[in-house]
Amino acid sequence: MNELVRSTASELAALIHSGEVSSAEVTRMHLERIAAVDPEIHAFLHVAGDAALSTAAEVDAALAAGEQPRSPLAGVPLALKDVFTTVDMPTTCGSKILDGWQPPYDATVTARLRAAGVVILGKTNMDEFAMGSSTEHSAFGPTRNPWDTRRVPGGSGGGSAASLAAFEAPLAMGTDTGGSIRQPAALTGTVGVKPTYGGVSRYGLVACASSLDQAGPCARTVLDAALLHEVLAGHDPLDSTSIDEPVPAVVDAVRRGAQGDLRGLRVGMVKEFAGDGYQPGVQGAYRAALDQLSALGAELVEVSCPHFDYALAAYYLILPSEVSSNLARFDGMRYGLRVDNGAATAEEVMAATREAGFGAEAKRRIMLGTYALSSGYYEAYYGQAQKVRTLISRDFTAAFTKADVLVSPTAPTTAFPIGEKVDDPLAMYLNDLCTIPANMAGNTAMSVPAGLAEEDGLPVGLQIMAPALGEAVMYRVAAAFEAARDAAEGGPLFRRVPGLEVPA
Amino acid sequence: MNTISRDEVAHLARLARLAVTEDELDTFAAQLDVILASVARVGEVAADDIPPTSHAVPLTNVFRADEVRPGLTQQQALSGAPATEDGRFKVPQILGGDE
Repeated sequence: MNELVRSTASELAALIHSGEVSSAEVTRMHLERIAAVDPEIHAFLHVAGDAALSTAAEVDAALAAGEQPRSPLAGVPLALKDVFTTVDMPTTCGSKILDGWQPPYDATVTARLRAAGVVILGKTNMDEFAMGSSTEHSAFGPTRNPWDTRRVPGGSGGGSAASLAAFEAPLAMGTDTGGSIRQPAALTGTVGVKPTYGGVSRYGLVACASSLDQAGPCARTVLDAALLHEVLAGHDPLDSTSIDEPVPAVVDAVRRGAQGDLRGLRVGMVKEFAGDGYQPGVQGAYRAALDQLSALGAELVEVSCPHFDYALAAYYLILPSEVSSNLARFDGMRYGLRVDNGAATAEEVMAATREAGFGAEAKRRIMLGTYALSSGYYEAYYGQAQKVRTLISRDFTAAFTKADVLVSPTAPTTAFPIGEKVDDPLAMYLNDLCTIPANMAGNTAMSVPAGLAEEDGLPVGLQIMAPALGEAVMYRVAAAFEAARDAAEGGPLFRRVPGLEVPA
Repeated sequence: MNTISRDEVAHLARLARLAVTEDELDTFAAQLDVILASVARVGEVAADDIPPTSHAVPLTNVFRADEVRPGLTQQQALSGAPATEDGRFKVPQILGGDE
């Protein structure tokens, strides 16, 4: 494997900006890597080779003309989740109903990446409309986990996470509604960050559940995630929920954290996220991470968040309710698929189109939401779930008086075999047990590689949660932990991904 | 006892404009029943006096100056349409024959 594709984004940026290597060369190496391994991994739904090389050439030309890099990541390639609109590439959201759709506008995230000179390699696979925890609910076939290609990479952003672990891209974009950035990061041994709700614009992000969706960075290192975070984040007048506050200084926080001193910092262990139901190897890696944090000088305290036990149930009422409303826009009239099957009326065409265009999980959630919102059930289901949401936020508020950050395993298990849970919705939903509370309350949270599970040698993630706009302290802890873990284990976890070499 | 019947699922599918098949009705009825039985746990929480949260951050209306800004052109707006005619979206008949 070419060493350039094993490099981190910050290393590549340094090489490109110093003129040692061109962005075109870096881009070409990644496109070659994609061509070699993606037939097996299937992280990408669309590869935009020509557009990527042309962006890279522009960055190279500007640098050659003596211009300053447009951003600290100018010229570095990135894999974009296929839920962000792009004028020059299809945007399918992993759904047949949008197969081949080319949007007439760019998402704000897309526009900011372009303005920063980031090279977009293509669009990554995902569970349909970001609903799923394995990427098996993509209409275009599953993505495989580079650590073991018989297993899932997590979801919904399995394509983005797998592209990082397979060294197809050094950076990727995700969206996290209930864990779709953090859980795939955990299952692939990569880093994934869900910013504070409103921290990154949702304009042009095809909606799953609007009150929970949040876009964020995915990378192989904490520093790379922070560099991307600063490119993405910030107020956007096109998103009414966008926060009009300064972006937390996460890159500085990472540099401070990497010095390895967490003295005076209180780390809260969430009592509800441990014990039965957690795979032994996940528990082992989690305990080792706690020891590591303690060795860095952090004070460990146990915190209880009793309503987190009800977060999953409340989430699977609130999310489908919002989904049933958001997905009503796919009606076969203005864009996307239209199936008429000889139907005469608009209503019949809509029903035939949606039946043919949506997969099983989308249909389940649409019907679940329709049920939860229907008269007679509204108070008992949706209304009660919204009250539980309040109690979850209050649990966080109380916990953050006792601790600066909270920690837990990111997911209860390591990567599971493809096919194991796809027909058992409830078993699939349990993957998001630990990640959902942060979406409900809107605070920030991330997953950082914690190590490998003893019994299966697969990656485990440590989840770090911080208050709203508390990204700096969260990144600081993550960077300190990453540096200590890498030093103890003789290098970053991603160096241990099986090579995926293609026979010559 | 089932929380949701096959007929109720058929009704939901109609409301949600999903022309589901007979086989799907059987599968979805069983699956939705299991999911609803599980999420009904929210009812165990004593929350009568708790205000609901609809959004993670308080929502306030956002105003902007009433100035003309560029939007999509007609061609862009129609670019993804399944059918167009005379620069408009072409859609099937909205009302049934008897109405």
